[in-house]
Amino acid sequence: MTTLEMQDVVKEYHLRDGWRGERLRAVDHVSFTLEPGRTTALVGQSGSGKSTIAKLLMRLESPTSGRILLGGRPVGRSRSAQRAYRSQVQMVFQDPFGSLNPHHTIEHHLARPVALHHPRMSAAQVRSRVLELLTRVRLDPTEEFAARRPHELSGGQRQRVAIARALAPEPGILVADEPVSMLDVSIRLGVLNLLGRLQREENLGVLYITHDLATARHFSDDIMVMYRGSIVERGPADDVLLHPRHEYTQTLRAASPDPERRLAELA
Amino acid sequence: MSAAQAPTADGQAQGPAVRPPRHEVDPVLTIEDLSVEYRAETTVRAVDHVSLTLGRGEVLGLAGESGCGKSTLAYGVNRLLKPPAVVTGGAVRFHSREGHVVDTSVLDGDDLRLFRWEKISMVFQGAMNSLNPVKKIRDQLGDVFATHRPSMTRRERVLRSGDLLERVGVDRNRLLAYPHELSGGMRQRVMIAMAMALDPQVMIMDEPTTALDVVVQREILQEISRLRAELGFAVVFITHDLPLLLEISDRIAVMRAGRIVEEAPAMTLYTRPQHDYTKTLLSSFPSLTGAHGDFVRSGSADLADSGGER
Repeated sequence: MTTLEMQDVVKEYHLRDGWRGERLRAVDHVSFTLEPGRTTALVGQSGSGKSTIAKLLMRLESPTSGRILLGGRPVGRSRSAQRAYRSQVQMVFQDPFGSLNPHHTIEHHLARPVALHHPRMSAAQVRSRVLELLTRVRLDPTEEFAARRPHELSGGQRQRVAIARALAPEPGILVADEPVSMLDVSIRLGVLNLLGRLQREENLGVLYITHDLATARHFSDDIMVMYRGSIVERGPADDVLLHPRHEYTQTLRAASPDPERRLAELA
Repeated sequence: MSAAQAPTADGQAQGPAVRPPRHEVDPVLTIEDLSVEYRAETTVRAVDHVSLTLGRGEVLGLAGESGCGKSTLAYGVNRLLKPPAVVTGGAVRFHSREGHVVDTSVLDGDDLRLFRWEKISMVFQGAMNSLNPVKKIRDQLGDVFATHRPSMTRRERVLRSGDLLERVGVDRNRLLAYPHELSGGMRQRVMIAMAMALDPQVMIMDEPTTALDVVVQREILQEISRLRAELGFAVVFITHDLPLLLEISDRIAVMRAGRIVEEAPAMTLYTRPQHDYTKTLLSSFPSLTGAHGDFVRSGSADLADSGGER
């Protein structure tokens, strides 16, 4: 099975301010492993480097130093190596309104990755695979949804399409960057449940990037807390949130809304 | 959140019979049977016979999802609606500190200009992006005084603007900054400072912290609660984040499809929700520390709501 490993990765950006150059270390010696069947949450406030990690994992950025290993091996630079990597590692983006092309039907969105990663499939096979994907994310009736365009879907339905698209190449690793933060609250858990179920069915390794501690706790097996580019605390989800050791984790937890706390104060 | 807030909620939760709740005795804003329609191709009733009372110095939470009419209600209260929106019925009355009652629907022209922002101010949704990018903070804050306090000199305006910034925890020298030079949290504070400029008795905050991350959000909430204790304004806090409202509000009204489906003191709503929709909303938020929400990981309840979304 597929594991994705970050080994001592550093990513620096160069900032220019007039003549002076400056380096910003967005990711500072980060190491972790994503394993099949496990969900790892990456939490932290904005600017902590969470999304840079996602970009590195998607190979949209290359590390300044350190290595990213897929199945224990470094990834080559050739086109075929990149393609093989992307058939194993897929991403669900934050904004379901921006990540689907308004011009194309849902079927087109799903058929493209299927055909791209399975070049030998016939058109009929591709179509049946598309319908199967729609069933998996529970967009029934599938024929009808396949013919629709993004503007005819609600936010939650669009995000399901985005999840189906990520699953199309049959990846082993899924990176989900704030997958529910743009959705209405009453449908967030539905989408998370769906992700959780697919993760169990496909034995996926999931990296769940979020700033919402409550869903991170219930959705993930492990939590990593990121602060200024470093992972300051990591461990089983309940341990990290119920008994935070690092000062920053404590700050983060104290800042999260928790009605129980007020109830306790009043009692 | 703050010590000043706890006794209110306490009193309301325990002895409503002994001491009637503040919003009944000393209201600052009453909304009676307000209806708003958008008369576009099809007529949409966005606010449907809503009645609400806001007590003096109270924090009223207005919870609801996108499209439920909560922003339209806020705009209706402030008379900010533009066609095709039409107020089709009901009244909004403002009860001033001095005991006058103002029916906002009869205000127009200069009276309306004087009333808005002086009495009821607003922090708009996406407030971070509602500052003018080509004007300095000093000029944008000063505008409020130039309009409402025409007798003030330029120096007084700058001085007052500086005081306002310090009040919300932003350094005075930021007056010379342009909005893009400030972080999101600081821009949000500037908007709050602007809403407080004329010492209003009611502040309507429409999703004031939604785009901010939790640590900054907490700082701003503490700031608002401190200022409220100091200055005694009432707040209508609009958001979809129910756990947040439960923490900071005295009372909460839950809105759906233009109607208020449930209204109760915050802790009553949390411990004994009556309406099904309130229960759905509450169950949408897994608990930070308790066991509630475990099913996400264990998968025991799978997609219970997939029908409701369509």
